[in-house]
Amino acid sequence: MSDVARFGHGSRIPGWDDAVDLTKAPAGVPDPATTPVPPELRSEIEAAMAKYPDFRSAAIPALHAAQKLHGWCSPEALEQVACVMRLTPGYLTAVATFYDMFYMEPVGRHRIFVCTNISCSLRGADAVHDAIVDAAAGDPDFNIRSFECLGACDIAPMASIDGEYVGPLELADAERIVEDLRAGRPVLEEKNIRRRRSVDPGARRSATRDEDARA
Amino acid sequence: MSQHILFDDIDEPGLATLQVYERRGGYSSLRRALQMSREEVLQNLLDSGLRGRGGAGFAMGRKASFLPKGTMDKYLVCNADESEPGTFKDRELMQKSPHMLIEGMVIAAYAADANRSFIYIRGEYELQADILEAAIAQAREAGYLGERILGSELSLSLVLHRGAGAYICGEETGLLDSLEGKRGNPRLKPPFPANQGLYQGPTLINNVETLATVPHIIRMGGENYAKIGTESSTGTKLVSVSGNVQSPGNFEITLGTPAREIIYDLAGGPFPGREIRFWFPGGSSSPVLLPEDLDLAYDFNTLAQAGSMLGSGAIIVVDDSVPVIDVALKLAKFYKHESCGKCTPCREGTNWTVKMLERLETGEATPMDLDIIASVQQQIMGNCLCVLGDAMAMPLGSMVARFRGEFEQHIEEARFRAGLGAPPEPSEVEIAGVGN
Repeated sequence: MSDVARFGHGSRIPGWDDAVDLTKAPAGVPDPATTPVPPELRSEIEAAMAKYPDFRSAAIPALHAAQKLHGWCSPEALEQVACVMRLTPGYLTAVATFYDMFYMEPVGRHRIFVCTNISCSLRGADAVHDAIVDAAAGDPDFNIRSFECLGACDIAPMASIDGEYVGPLELADAERIVEDLRAGRPVLEEKNIRRRRSVDPGARRSATRDEDARA
Repeated sequence: MSQHILFDDIDEPGLATLQVYERRGGYSSLRRALQMSREEVLQNLLDSGLRGRGGAGFAMGRKASFLPKGTMDKYLVCNADESEPGTFKDRELMQKSPHMLIEGMVIAAYAADANRSFIYIRGEYELQADILEAAIAQAREAGYLGERILGSELSLSLVLHRGAGAYICGEETGLLDSLEGKRGNPRLKPPFPANQGLYQGPTLINNVETLATVPHIIRMGGENYAKIGTESSTGTKLVSVSGNVQSPGNFEITLGTPAREIIYDLAGGPFPGREIRFWFPGGSSSPVLLPEDLDLAYDFNTLAQAGSMLGSGAIIVVDDSVPVIDVALKLAKFYKHESCGKCTPCREGTNWTVKMLERLETGEATPMDLDIIASVQQQIMGNCLCVLGDAMAMPLGSMVARFRGEFEQHIEEARFRAGLGAPPEPSEVEIAGVGN
């Protein structure tokens, strides 16, 4: 159980100050003259800031934009956002570390979020997650995570693959997912949530109308 | 067959576009509302008896009436951070009929005299956010959003804000902090958002389904809407049924429909040869109910009387192939992960509950641990700023109380495996030929 000596290292959470030199003063708002920001990132962040009564509200959209460009919330990415928004990198780090979708370390390009929350795990999501991990065989291009409820329990077990919801998944789909991603094809198109129709019998007026028309 | 209001012909091709939505009579409720006075619109919402569909079940009209009068920036926020495990109704609604939500928001903003509105959608809903973004652009183009909407005195801006994956941002004050660009920590209440919410201004926060119902209330008239459902739970509700059922999905039901009808007739019931062991009536945060509770009417008050809650309307069915302790551990881990860490009882309570449940697996636990788990749940409840801790404490406490025998059996087996105790009697699960 106790492979970490709980108090031996002086902190309950080892590594919380790893990247920090505690003797240094915290970084201030970056100087625009010495912080190059890609113009498209700058305009995206400025457009987001203009949408809100308080520019700070744009922190999450700005971090999304920076992460899209850099692949993760690298110190450089945070610096650029901080420079455009006139905030400290520390503020943005505090925000970014709160949210699951921001990465504080480099990750693979393809996001495979397998929902392993209660409804999906009742239908075997943990095995699907393991199968996808096996199929990817440690390829660093894949960012495979077990995720909390993604809000698609009707297609359980499901996964969000580069933002596209697919399900219900079977163990055999794991290979397909990896192959489709490697080939740059849309993943498991027939299982995409866009194609799913309502299962509520009372909601299917046009569906029955179509069938009537065909008959 | 129950009446379909929100899900009426939801799969019609192109419903997400303005053309089809208008052809079906879309935005006519808005025109009608703008011809009424604000008070009349609010009165309709009050008359309808519409209760919030996000979880708390507070009367929507009353919440809107709490906003102070006067000239100032007032905000309307739509909570589309649907992250309660088991809930997926808003996803389908936003994906298939985004204009219904937008129309409802404009009418609600008119009733509450709000001039700025936001939709906070969870970051994982990328497809739905794109669809909404396109719909908002169309609505703005057509003059349903912006300055002097349809020639009236109402001006309203609408911004779609994408979250970044945090369950706590579904809590209204956590959502507001997140929308202000901070960590999504809940705030102390009071002051309630109606007085000091977003940017410290008066704010009305409602769930997607609540706001999407508003155009229909205006169309039908508040009093006519109140005739649907039961006296205290009016209207229809989208229910997300998931877990061990044959046909999981969203169903629109009239409130007061027996739960058995929803689970068996609509969702197809459990798989052949399986029995329902227990079920969550309102998302993973609601105390579990047993098969004998299946004949309860599915409405706010009946479920509250039965010691549970309707919550977000997400029924999760668990059958007899699944050990209760697995569900309990899954649940506790989720809340531990999502606890924001602001209040001690929740941060420590969720953490230690997970550790204690894991001890059950390793054979280090004794039945006394169950008493400690139960007492920890008691001490979390009501002692935090928000109800995330309660959301774990309620179902977990109910599971330990209702399935104590199975937990004890599990402890005995684990102790035996670890070489600490005598071989236990075979459990019910093993007798059923399943095991874990």
